[in-house]
Amino acid sequence: MQLQFFIQLLIAGIATGAIYALMAVGFALLWQTSGTINFAQGEFIMFSSFLILWLMKLLNIGLIPAYLLSLIISMLLFGLLFKRLLVDPLLKYGDVPLIIATIGLGMVIREMTRIIWGANALPFPSLIKNQVLNLGPIRVGLADLVTIAVAMTIIIALQLFLNKSFIGRSMEATAQNQQVARILGINVDRMILYTFLINAFLVTSAALLVTPRLLAKFSSGEAFGLIAFMAAIIGGFNQVRGALIGGFLIGIIDNLAKFYLARIHLPFSDSTLNLSPYAPAIPLILLIVIILFKPEGIFGRKEERSI
Amino acid sequence: MKYLLIVLTFCLSLALAQEEVLFIIPAEISGGGATVGNNWADGANLAAEHINAAGGILGATVVTEVLDTQTDPPTSKAVIAKGLEQSPFAVIGPVYSGSTIVNMVEAERAQTPQWVGSEAASITQQGNQYIFRTSSGQNGSIPKVTRYMQEQGINSVVIIYVNNEFGQGGRAAAVENFEALGVEVLLELSTEQQQADFTAEVLQAMMMNTDAIFAYTNEEESARLLMALKQQDTSIPVFGEAVLLSQTVLDLAGDAANGVAGHVNLTAEAPVPAVQDFRAAFEEKYGYTPDHNGMKGYIAMFVAKEMAERVGSFDRMAVAEQLHCALITTEDEPGVLMDIAYDENGDIDRDTFLISIEDGKQVVTGVLPRLKNTCADQ
Repeated sequence: MQLQFFIQLLIAGIATGAIYALMAVGFALLWQTSGTINFAQGEFIMFSSFLILWLMKLLNIGLIPAYLLSLIISMLLFGLLFKRLLVDPLLKYGDVPLIIATIGLGMVIREMTRIIWGANALPFPSLIKNQVLNLGPIRVGLADLVTIAVAMTIIIALQLFLNKSFIGRSMEATAQNQQVARILGINVDRMILYTFLINAFLVTSAALLVTPRLLAKFSSGEAFGLIAFMAAIIGGFNQVRGALIGGFLIGIIDNLAKFYLARIHLPFSDSTLNLSPYAPAIPLILLIVIILFKPEGIFGRKEERSI
Repeated sequence: MKYLLIVLTFCLSLALAQEEVLFIIPAEISGGGATVGNNWADGANLAAEHINAAGGILGATVVTEVLDTQTDPPTSKAVIAKGLEQSPFAVIGPVYSGSTIVNMVEAERAQTPQWVGSEAASITQQGNQYIFRTSSGQNGSIPKVTRYMQEQGINSVVIIYVNNEFGQGGRAAAVENFEALGVEVLLELSTEQQQADFTAEVLQAMMMNTDAIFAYTNEEESARLLMALKQQDTSIPVFGEAVLLSQTVLDLAGDAANGVAGHVNLTAEAPVPAVQDFRAAFEEKYGYTPDHNGMKGYIAMFVAKEMAERVGSFDRMAVAEQLHCALITTEDEPGVLMDIAYDENGDIDRDTFLISIEDGKQVVTGVLPRLKNTCADQ
């Protein structure tokens, strides 16, 4: 009985974690190649979900065509324009001005969304109509499986692109050492631009997967951004696979903590302890432990800087 | 002759210059409670429009100023303190109990009556003579839903509540009433505001083999909970109160809300002609169906109007004093939509409704008449 629920929780956690991973990977990619810590990442996701809804209504089209169209718009807005108008002019002044600028950008996007589309949450269509599959005693939502499949496909395709293609390897080289990459003849600026475009693709895809569960709401970006940031730190800010694992870990741990902390059986007693109010603190505790004992993250690289 | 003309013009301009009466409307316009706050503010502004169209209050034009609390208690306190510097006649809002708890002291200090949409029991138990509800508090409404559940044959229940002032108050009231009725509370599950995934809570409830779930969370979280229940394809009946059964939750949860039942203080589906007229006017102006918060905002303005007219002035202290133990019928003031009685604490007594959700719509399955147990009826 317990095992059955554990597996169901695990699958639900993996589904949620897969979406978090998409958010976090883009976050880590931007940091690696351009040194940009994008605190507007959550708002990018939130805005993309409204964009998809708006296109569906405006053009009277289905979810997938609207997603594909919004991909183009997102790449333009959150890829090209974001880089050219905000990141490029500020990057030369160091990390802090850019961090503050992205926080400001997040606020602007949030309030702009509220003004354009209102403050009320909106329902968002699912990729597929959910059905419950009975695999023996285990019940799995088809929507969860599709979410996992889509997110994993994107992640694997991205990994293959980064590791196997010429452009991907050039991007990796840019991330590791921009000066050496330039000496090798790599167009560093273009590689950085590709990273921003990939991030725009990832946030729009995350919006497609996460919004049916969470609804489209102007204020939801804050939570997304925080999760992406936490996942990247836990897994390792300077490693894509680290951010990936961080996303999955948060999704799974969050679900398991909520379930198991609600009924803790006390030893030598029939009574139970309900610690469910403390469940949301568990990912934060994990974050603190990681920062204390492995500040580079689970899969992160140690970086040394001279002063 | 020239001076006579000047004096006449001056007198005429004075006569034409309409007196204004200010209402400040602190509401959750942005932040997590924006759905709620916008409904509330829209309802209050619609009432102001209707009041002005009918000649205002005591000849004065109603002017409203909406203040965004950002669903943040400290901000709500700050904006109300700032708004009170303009000496408004009344404070209409906010809705979230967590905000009201911290800001109501400001209106009390300024001796200004404050009508709120909040339902936490503790709000009217602190001796504040300037705080008034617009619907029953948890102490009034939760006994009705728990009794209803018992009458439906529910013997055990899992409570899923949001861990804030509103949810904690509801949980405490529900546990007390379930225990008094002999319904076993198997588990109390705390959830967070803006929680994304409710799978863990649903699976816990399934594992407990409960007869029912009593859900007491905010609007969007309620919708997510219902969607998670549907995703797990569970047949556990879900009961709740006004928020769970609100139009907002139905719009968001879609067919996942079907089968949910419970008790509400106010509903736009109420088989009451005045409510239907209000709903039509609201939908025409704002393009969406009001939930109970829109109705509460609307009613609050008309209660304030009626009391100013009873007192015969905008004397805020006198209005607050007279509203305790006052009965306002729809014959006195149609804008209150249904007869409403205030007790000595600012709590209210009014007809309420049993609701079930069918095909994504509220269906009124019963009307619970006013208890007539307040000092207003004695």
